Amino acid sequence: MVEWTDAERKAIKAVWEKINVDATGAQALARCLIVYPWTQRYFGSFGSLSDAAAIMGNKKVAAHGKVVINGLALAAKNMDNIKSTYAPLSVLHSEKLHVDPDNFRLLGDCVTIVVASQLGRAFTPDVQAAWQKFLAVAVSALGKQYH
Amino acid sequence: MLSNTEKELIIQIWDKMLPVAEEIGSEALLRMFTTFPKTKTYFSHLDISPRSEHLCCHGKKIVQALAEGARNISTLTTTLAPLSRFHAYQLRIHPTNFKLFNHCILVTLACHMGDNFTPVAHAAIDKFLSAFSAVLAEKFR
Repeated sequence: MVEWTDAERKAIKAVWEKINVDATGAQALARCLIVYPWTQRYFGSFGSLSDAAAIMGNKKVAAHGKVVINGLALAAKNMDNIKSTYAPLSVLHSEKLHVDPDNFRLLGDCVTIVVASQLGRAFTPDVQAAWQKFLAVAVSALGKQYH
Repeated sequence: MLSNTEKELIIQIWDKMLPVAEEIGSEALLRMFTTFPKTKTYFSHLDISPRSEHLCCHGKKIVQALAEGARNISTLTTTLAPLSRFHAYQLRIHPTNFKLFNHCILVTLACHMGDNFTPVAHAAIDKFLSAFSAVLAEKFR
């Protein structure tokens, strides 16, 4: 069971309330595909990912980014049982999508960077720490059902 | 692998950060100590509380070294040789910590540059920081 302090819960909730959720998802996924190009292997059916401009303008990437961020929002709404909430998602990523779970952390880092660029000074070191703890729990839960 | 455009972008960004080296460096360090508390184990000899003199001074040194590296990307191994020896034989930092600090530099840049920290800039700086850390860790074994 993950222990969350009141300060952590408050910080994480505040981040979700401040960010443009859909835009964050789209930008984070695009960034992941640009900064860590090997992640493109999972998106063969998305059309052109030939360069940064193509990726940033790709509508399928944007749409999928929204799906991903809303998956994270689900974890945020169930902070006291992220592991069980994510069990079906974990099975999906392992059995059907065959995603190397090391890539989840990279996408998480890209989400953090996008959030940081939106919030600026408001993304203090303490807020960052709480946010990254949340992402680490989500990433861990997503990898739990791999075997 | 860095393209010429990326090398120019990297120089541009670090040139902008040099005048505020203390602010950027100390913030990146503070972010790392707060998010990854185990990294504090390497600084038991310093006062690393927010806005402490040690933190500011140390942060400034790091950003200055990064800016120097940015101006000498094609000769990183020679440029960073003294720092590389220092990290290998004296500091002996566990290599995974470089990634943690690099991530916190990226977050700091994102906070300060906002939308100007474009995905292309992010990729270029991330690659630069990886190359820089690789040289620092080169002599570890």
